[in-house]
Amino acid sequence: MRHKDRIKAFFTLLPSIILISIFVYGFIGNTFWISLTDWGGVGALAEKPVRNYSGFSNYIELFTGFLGGGFRQDLVNAVYYSVMLLAGAIGIGMFLAILLDNKPKGEAVFRTIFLYPMSLSFIVSGTIWRWMLAPQGGVNILPTYVGLKPFTFSWLSSNNAVLQFNWQNLLQIALYITSAILILIGLRGLFRAKPKALKFLISGAVICGLAWLAGDILPKALFMEETHGFNTATFGIILATIWQYSGYTMALYLAGFTGISQDLRDAAMLDGAKTSEYYRFIAIPMLKPITISAVIILSHISLKMFDLIFAMTGPDNGQTGHPALNMYLTTFRANDFAKGAAIAIILFLIAGTFIIPYLVGSYRQRRTGR
Amino acid sequence: MEIFSWWAGDEGPALEALIDIYKAQNPDVELINATVTGGSGVNAKAVLKTRMLGGEPPDSFQVHAGQELIGTWVKADRMEDLTPLFKEQGWMDSFPKGLIKNIGTDKGIWSVPVNIHRSNVVWYIPANIEKWGIKVPTSWDEFFAIAPKLQEKGVVPLALAQNWTANHLWESVALASLGADNWDALWAGKLAFDSPEGVKAWELFGKVLEYANKDASSLSWQQATDMVVDGRAAFNVMGDWAAGYMSTTKKMAPGTDFGWAASFGTSGEFMFLADSFGLPKGAKNRDNALAWLKVLGSREGSDAFNPLKGSTSARLDSDLSLYNDYGKSAAADLGKDRIVGSLAHGVTANEGFMNDFASVMEMFLKSRNAQMAGKATQQIAAKNGIGK
Repeated sequence: MRHKDRIKAFFTLLPSIILISIFVYGFIGNTFWISLTDWGGVGALAEKPVRNYSGFSNYIELFTGFLGGGFRQDLVNAVYYSVMLLAGAIGIGMFLAILLDNKPKGEAVFRTIFLYPMSLSFIVSGTIWRWMLAPQGGVNILPTYVGLKPFTFSWLSSNNAVLQFNWQNLLQIALYITSAILILIGLRGLFRAKPKALKFLISGAVICGLAWLAGDILPKALFMEETHGFNTATFGIILATIWQYSGYTMALYLAGFTGISQDLRDAAMLDGAKTSEYYRFIAIPMLKPITISAVIILSHISLKMFDLIFAMTGPDNGQTGHPALNMYLTTFRANDFAKGAAIAIILFLIAGTFIIPYLVGSYRQRRTGR
Repeated sequence: MEIFSWWAGDEGPALEALIDIYKAQNPDVELINATVTGGSGVNAKAVLKTRMLGGEPPDSFQVHAGQELIGTWVKADRMEDLTPLFKEQGWMDSFPKGLIKNIGTDKGIWSVPVNIHRSNVVWYIPANIEKWGIKVPTSWDEFFAIAPKLQEKGVVPLALAQNWTANHLWESVALASLGADNWDALWAGKLAFDSPEGVKAWELFGKVLEYANKDASSLSWQQATDMVVDGRAAFNVMGDWAAGYMSTTKKMAPGTDFGWAASFGTSGEFMFLADSFGLPKGAKNRDNALAWLKVLGSREGSDAFNPLKGSTSARLDSDLSLYNDYGKSAAADLGKDRIVGSLAHGVTANEGFMNDFASVMEMFLKSRNAQMAGKATQQIAAKNGIGK
């Protein structure tokens, strides 16, 4: 009986297995193949374009070539976009959810208001925010209504950058980050008195020391000095994204909070917990799965951020660029299909680093949960 | 028959006028007007590429005349040579020689120009110029002499907008710095971008930028023009669609409410860009498409389209009484000036170069390093086969 069921299930799933394997995985494979060729430039759009296998030269060019500087800044931007969006949207979303969870007056109204930005398309909200953040209008002239001087911050066009680093030292920076993570894990373990903690701590410290000592001997990632950093012109875009998505994370958390049994809260209160303690020690830890899915969804959104940037700062703005935008322009404007495909694959791999651990984790959970 | 363009909105009526003429001449043909909106065709070009790759070309499509067409479609052997059509219609003499040279290669002529826009124009408000007690400069040196005075008065000497307008300004500045012969030599691959002349153009551009507004990258070109109109800025280098914007949208009279001149140091030179239609190989309704191209190149079609679009007719024999004062002056210049192609609008370089140039520009706006910008430009020129 069970065997028969399996066969039936297989045949029911077969059409989607075939379609997905062709239209998702087949095309990913094709894109990867294109990224290994030299398809592009003059004659790229001929009926039978000439494509020669060229190995990983497109990737090497993007990361270490003279003309890849724009892409590298885009990549750095994407990292900052992701980090800021995660911190902002989850922080504000959780805060709003906690406020609404305490059932203030007009809770339903506020819930709708906070969730509303979600329903706008990025192009619409991008256009609105571009107007609001215009250098001589919108937000910047708000203080004049109360008789103060207008702000002069150029939200979208500032040329300043903070937290700059030299791309040449990429390897060294990567080592520092690794050691920082190891040391953090070690300290946490030490705090909880785990036996392996010391190992993490020591290896972290060793790597850190080596990276510091061998800084000049390490191979340079680039033949020339090239600094990248957090461009303050991206503030406006981050602001708009957080505005749009904190309502969404609020809805996620609110659903989670309402799902927690009232008994649990009553019990905590009876034991003398304050409201803040209830959230700190009971509610928020219980919503870990929700936090994880929020992180996955938001990081995904920040990797696909195209329309918002396009609407707010236009296609060729190096200060606020994003790999997704770069991919579109490289492919469909410059006809450099191979390099566009390489950028797409890089984005795909970055998205994979977020998704795959999550999928593996949830798969294991389900197995053990049975 | 299907025609493919990005003319909608403000430019829609001009295209409709052409379609009306075509329908009157060819009543039996069903004409499908496929438009994909988006400024200077960003979206339309992407859609066109997917259609061509998918083996479903429209019968005739809009394209910027020059290398944007040649580098992408002619080199890919996707277009038909239109020289026979030009000869049959007597167009070899109706269009300026310099124009035909720029829209063709040694193997043929590839599209029919519908309109001409001029890129190297500087706009100002005569009343303001008088109020500030200055004269309109004729060279960048004269501009540098008056610019500090304007700044003291709190006026931005030169209004600039987002990235592509920086490219647009660059070509006017570079033309002034290099001269028309060297400009042509650059694109023929005879003069290197990192030669002393090329670097000097970048140096001059860097100096010009010091007198531009700092919030440029968040402004649209209309907002930069508005700065001049409102008296917040003195000059703006922009193509002559700005004339259409000021006379139609802002209801200003050309010549009295707003004035223009060839951008500093480029008088006697006409940097052009043109919209044109071509004939892709494998068009399903080739004869109907040829009839469409005949309408576009005819005097009647050209004079129906251009006054509505606010552009200049590419023909030398257009009926000037249909155009406003700006149009008349531009048509006169087109007849007598030295004609050179625009980079920012696809005449002199292929799409690969234009795309890479935009990132070189971003690099320069950040670093202001003329030497490096010259080197980078030379590299992208080599990579994209400029002059080959």
